[in-house]
Amino acid sequence: MSLTAQLPALQVVVPLLTAPLVVLLRTPGLSWAAATAASLTAFAIAVALAGQVLAGEVIHYEMGGWPAPFGISLNIDALGSLVLLLVTGASTLALVGGRDSLATEIEAGRRHLFYAAWLIVLAGLSGIAVTGDAFNVFVFMEISSLATYVLIAAGPDRRALTATFKYLIMGTIGATFYLIGVGMVYMMTGTLNFADMEVRLAEVTELRPIVVAAGFITVGLALKAAMFPLHVWLPGAYTHAPHMVTAFVAACSTKVAIYVLLRFDFFVFQNNLSQHDLHFASFLLPLALLGILVGSAVAMVESNLKRLLAHSSVAQIGYILLGASLISEAGITAAAAHMFNHALAKGAMFLAVAAFALRLSGVRLNDIAGVGRQMPLTFAALAVAGASLVGIPGTAGFVSKWLLLQAAFAQGTLGLVAVVVVVLSSLAAVVYVWRIIEAAYFCEPSAEVQAAREAPLPILAVLLLAAAANIYFGLVPAFPLSLAEMSATELLGGLQ
Amino acid sequence: MITVVFSVFLLTLLVITALGVVRAQNLFTAVMLTGIFSLLMAANFFVLDAADVALTEAAVGAGISTVLLLGALGLTPREERASGAKRWLALVVTALTTVVLLYATFEQPRLGDPQAPVHQHVAPWYLEKTPELVDIPNVVTAVLGSYRGYDTLGEVIVVLTAGIGVLFLLGLPGAVGDRPRDDIAKGRTYLSHHLVPQVVGRLVIPFILLFALYVQFHGEYGPGGGFQAGAIFAAAMILYALIEGEREALTVISPKLLIWMMAGGALLYGSVGLVTMALGGNFLDYNVLHSNPVAGQQWGIIVIELGVGITVAGVLLAIYHAFAARGH
Amino acid sequence: MMELLGLYNYWVFAVLLMIGFYAVIARPNMVKKLLGLSIFQAAVFLLYITMDKVEGGTAPIIQKGVEDAIYSNPLPQVLILTAIVVGISTTALGLALVVRIHEAYGTIEEDETQRADLDE
Repeated sequence: MSLTAQLPALQVVVPLLTAPLVVLLRTPGLSWAAATAASLTAFAIAVALAGQVLAGEVIHYEMGGWPAPFGISLNIDALGSLVLLLVTGASTLALVGGRDSLATEIEAGRRHLFYAAWLIVLAGLSGIAVTGDAFNVFVFMEISSLATYVLIAAGPDRRALTATFKYLIMGTIGATFYLIGVGMVYMMTGTLNFADMEVRLAEVTELRPIVVAAGFITVGLALKAAMFPLHVWLPGAYTHAPHMVTAFVAACSTKVAIYVLLRFDFFVFQNNLSQHDLHFASFLLPLALLGILVGSAVAMVESNLKRLLAHSSVAQIGYILLGASLISEAGITAAAAHMFNHALAKGAMFLAVAAFALRLSGVRLNDIAGVGRQMPLTFAALAVAGASLVGIPGTAGFVSKWLLLQAAFAQGTLGLVAVVVVVLSSLAAVVYVWRIIEAAYFCEPSAEVQAAREAPLPILAVLLLAAAANIYFGLVPAFPLSLAEMSATELLGGLQ
Repeated sequence: MITVVFSVFLLTLLVITALGVVRAQNLFTAVMLTGIFSLLMAANFFVLDAADVALTEAAVGAGISTVLLLGALGLTPREERASGAKRWLALVVTALTTVVLLYATFEQPRLGDPQAPVHQHVAPWYLEKTPELVDIPNVVTAVLGSYRGYDTLGEVIVVLTAGIGVLFLLGLPGAVGDRPRDDIAKGRTYLSHHLVPQVVGRLVIPFILLFALYVQFHGEYGPGGGFQAGAIFAAAMILYALIEGEREALTVISPKLLIWMMAGGALLYGSVGLVTMALGGNFLDYNVLHSNPVAGQQWGIIVIELGVGITVAGVLLAIYHAFAARGH
Repeated sequence: MMELLGLYNYWVFAVLLMIGFYAVIARPNMVKKLLGLSIFQAAVFLLYITMDKVEGGTAPIIQKGVEDAIYSNPLPQVLILTAIVVGISTTALGLALVVRIHEAYGTIEEDETQRADLDE
């Protein structure tokens, strides 16, 4: 079998098997190098797979050589490929730039365990994105969740521990809800394979266990995706995690949960439950709108930079879900594109926070007062990413927000409400991003800030790269957009 | 008829025990009740013809889990603070969830119905094809090790992650962190003042180890396999540590060896997959391991089960020692 | 009779789920939360294992020479073996967190740690 044909498996296997190796490498430098190499390889594989998907190939792989539904098969579709790019890209950037930052936060004797956990998160999230089996999703969800708890608990403050515990409890409830739902679908269909489920569900549709299963799966995944009002674990976890972990996790982990949610609801249930699209939309739409409003409002008054950005994430997850809840080609394209663009913007902003944290003692707004003049490059990158978050024309964030507005307009009266909410929250975003910029550039620097120098080269390079990507994909959005459009066609293909 | 009465009895006991766990103010009592809960659950699984699951629930749920909980209770308060607060919201949420589930039950297939969808699709294929394709009697092991071997690799990684996490959070002298080995209790044992457990324990440990090996290598023929064997092996070594002391136990299996077991088992499992890839098959396609595909399947299953056993034993022991060493 | 027992199995699943879930979200004590979580998960194990039973069947260990034997369904058993292991892994990690939280805060009651965080 050619290497190309093995790529779907290698996507998961490379980080998955490098992790135990890293456990054995006790030198911090060596474990970092191994983790970074594995992450880079995974990114290269994701790029190769995205190329195949864009070329229109159907990527299918049978684990153990057993055909579905008897064995576990991997299926990589356009949305999965987009998610893979986010996961591997975020991990690679954070690792390449993160060595200094992580060295200050995690003691040397335990760093190899930390990097092993990092690789397991990477493997777990990738595993969810490639699999075509509902139970396999559960296994890899737990792999990534458990390892994420370890990464977040590594935060320097004791509050990292309580935030992790909260996340552990809520994450496990979410996963167990998902497991109940899958169990009921299995009970009525006898299969665990997504494609096979879709076919066999047609015979038992409208039976109560299936309706209940759809509910449990949706709620469980919404918990994992931090959908309002199930987001309460997110701000604490993002705030108290090590900075680089926040940059990695905030860029991609909730999006993976949204991916599974869309896959289940569109592929498996839409065709088989009458008015499922209506139920799905009427459940998702109000919560998405509320999440956008509440997240943006809290971000406007928050003074801790990381917590501010975390609340903004709650709002941004709302945008993605809003696009999905419109159940139109335009809406889903906007949702998928926004997954990509929000990851770019938020990932870059958290990288900038990590760069500040290397030179300053805290990341509250008054801690960073005036730092923009001492660290101009870091500040410039932060400003660009902030503009993308707001959705200023010329940045990536604008592209998807514009698509979202257009999709909402097409929906008539209800769409107008959504448009108003999006515009309001964009104004809120202007306010909170401006508060950061104002503090960082226009406030008088303290003595500590005056002593600050530009961040070390690796993190600076990565940060500038991420900022440049925000502009590049704002001007030339063809690549993420074509993947997003393909995702929408595939997801709605089930709807006929 | 007798089974029905017995099942109803077991299930009712389960509910009563669960209520006891939630109500008990003393956490020690709650943990003991959880152990009983797991044993009852195991018995119930056995009645439902799931021998492998019953064995695992007994070894992991009633055994290892109870030991870990007690280890943690040794480091934290044993009494739950009395809380007078009425949690109406919690009650409403849980009651709602339950009502929804009860609503679903009325259209679920009845217990044991051979016409139920789960018995019509996929599963019959496993039962029919296993003698021909894998040729081992225990179909559960065949599904676990081969058809869904990728899931099982994931499961090993979950266990490894738990090990990594606990060592990361609590440290283990000699394995993680720079603390010297002398930190470990000098001759302190939990059971050193109790003659009967000492004498009996020393007698049974070799037999438990032997049983672990039997469960490990007999998994193809009867209930058992790497998970159960790893858990039983760890249980034997934990008993050894309780009788002879932490330090003695860590001399027999050093912290360094524990780390190698944790990672080595997962690597052994994964390398089977890499070998099958190198031989031109898909990941974990054991057919290519031998000129005769059936023999290849059997070899593959034996090796990956060994990997599972090594990692599970290593992780569970490392976790136990991490909790025990934290107390000093 | 089997019919009623079948329903009884599902009901016990629902009730256990409720008991565990209640302990997780209503009790502030973190060890209690973890105990509740394991009951919550065990309830789901029961749901799956209830599915595997076939009337008059036996554990799926094939006996050579026995032609018309009926076996229970192996697949839910495999899934639950995995889920049990995931459960103990979560419990172990949660307990390690609880031990660290106790060292850092001096309490394992969630409302008290929250108050301590607010005071900072």
